[in-house]
Amino acid sequence: MYPSDYRYTKDHEWIKLDGPMGTIGITDYAQAELGDVVFVELPKAGTQVKAGQSFGTVESVKAVSEIFAPVSGEVVETNAALADSPEKINQDPHGAAWLVKVRLVDPKEISGLMDAAAYQAYIAEKAKEHST
Amino acid sequence: MTTPATAELRKTALNSVHRRLGAKMVNFGGWDMPVEYSGIIAEHMAARTQAGLFDVSHMGELEIRGPGALALVQHVTCNNAAKLVIGQAQYSGLMTSRGTFVDDLLVHKISDTHYLLCVNAGNQDADFEHVVANNRFDATAENTGPRYSQLAIQGPRAKEILQRLTQVPLDPIRYYYFAFGKVDGVECLIARTGYTGEDGFEIYLDPNFSEKLWNSIMQAGEFAGLIPCGLGARNTLRLEAGMCLYGHEIDDTTTPWEAGLGWICKLDKGPFLGSDMLARQKQTGLERKLAGFEMLDKRIGRDGYPVFIGGREAGRVTSGCPSPFLKKNIGMAYVPPAAAAIGTEIGIGIRGQSAPARIIALPFYKRPQ
Repeated sequence: MYPSDYRYTKDHEWIKLDGPMGTIGITDYAQAELGDVVFVELPKAGTQVKAGQSFGTVESVKAVSEIFAPVSGEVVETNAALADSPEKINQDPHGAAWLVKVRLVDPKEISGLMDAAAYQAYIAEKAKEHST
Repeated sequence: MTTPATAELRKTALNSVHRRLGAKMVNFGGWDMPVEYSGIIAEHMAARTQAGLFDVSHMGELEIRGPGALALVQHVTCNNAAKLVIGQAQYSGLMTSRGTFVDDLLVHKISDTHYLLCVNAGNQDADFEHVVANNRFDATAENTGPRYSQLAIQGPRAKEILQRLTQVPLDPIRYYYFAFGKVDGVECLIARTGYTGEDGFEIYLDPNFSEKLWNSIMQAGEFAGLIPCGLGARNTLRLEAGMCLYGHEIDDTTTPWEAGLGWICKLDKGPFLGSDMLARQKQTGLERKLAGFEMLDKRIGRDGYPVFIGGREAGRVTSGCPSPFLKKNIGMAYVPPAAAAIGTEIGIGIRGQSAPARIIALPFYKRPQ
């Protein structure tokens, strides 16, 4: 479910690193919590994003959720397909429904993020809070 | 987003059923309630095109009995309960002395000396205290919420499904009327009412039988595409239908005139709580009015967002969401009366920007007759 070569944030974003480039999306846990996604607002290519800061929003029928940058860098591409098919975020959050690609300022930044095992432990803890 | 369930939350008799169905649960007015099962859009579309089953047992019930029952109901509510015949229900407002809403409610006339009021979950205790405090009539008021579960089956196929489980002829129960009878062997009050804009029924019953009835209705409705629906779909359905939600469109600062509910405000029935203030407001005119809007781009104007008219902040969105059936983004907002005219261009403040929107007629959705 959670690819082992991705890194994860506590705000439920993922990043996949490829040299100096990173692909960013929201996790399956995040899409399930949001429910039916109906709208995505993303920064234009060329925008500088900063680790931990909001750079866009994902909206479901019920709620607005900000997306926080896992790393600092420059947006080089946004996923244009999401404008017309935001529901892809519910269907394939770790794949086709990536949000943006960034050129990292410092690829070492990702060492501060969770690996798949740590993230799964983190969300298991969250799920327990919900069901008791 | 979702509030963790805690021991302090109140639970309906169907709580374990919802959890077994994998519902996402939220704290709604102090109750642990299902917000969605299969997804708000799918549930919304099922209720519009087939049928949906909702657990609305969190709703409160107050019962007024005695020779002065009608006089008490007339005194605390703004609609004219004297017009009701036995077996008829009426949408109304529980009024403060200022002519604002303590709550909105359904008044059911069970007999000349017995009225059942269905009120909002989060308000039921305050409503009860308000009724008791204003009871100078030969009547008793009782908070009977815990004695009832309430299931709502809504949608174009609701009648057909429910009829499979009861000998009570449902066709003769007209909109906003009710009957007593057995559904799958369980004694129920079957009301042809709802909060979705669809045909359907709200069924009041002993909580001990609600799980049995939930299961038999689900089973009886399988052939017709009946699915369980949560409070998420209930909200988008009522908003499309232009219905008010307490705490959003109405509260103890808003009057029926402002909320577009003049049709439930009957000044000619004689004095009632707040009637003098309401008469005065009718003469002096309104400072704000509830209006419907649609967004003109893909952004969504949501609850609490500011409304801009001519570049100046002039009101607030009370409820807003994407409309799953109409496939556009809609909402309701209080605006100055001049700006409530259909076609007025307004702006909705979304994350520091003004997004274009236009005033359109309410309700957004009306079911085909």
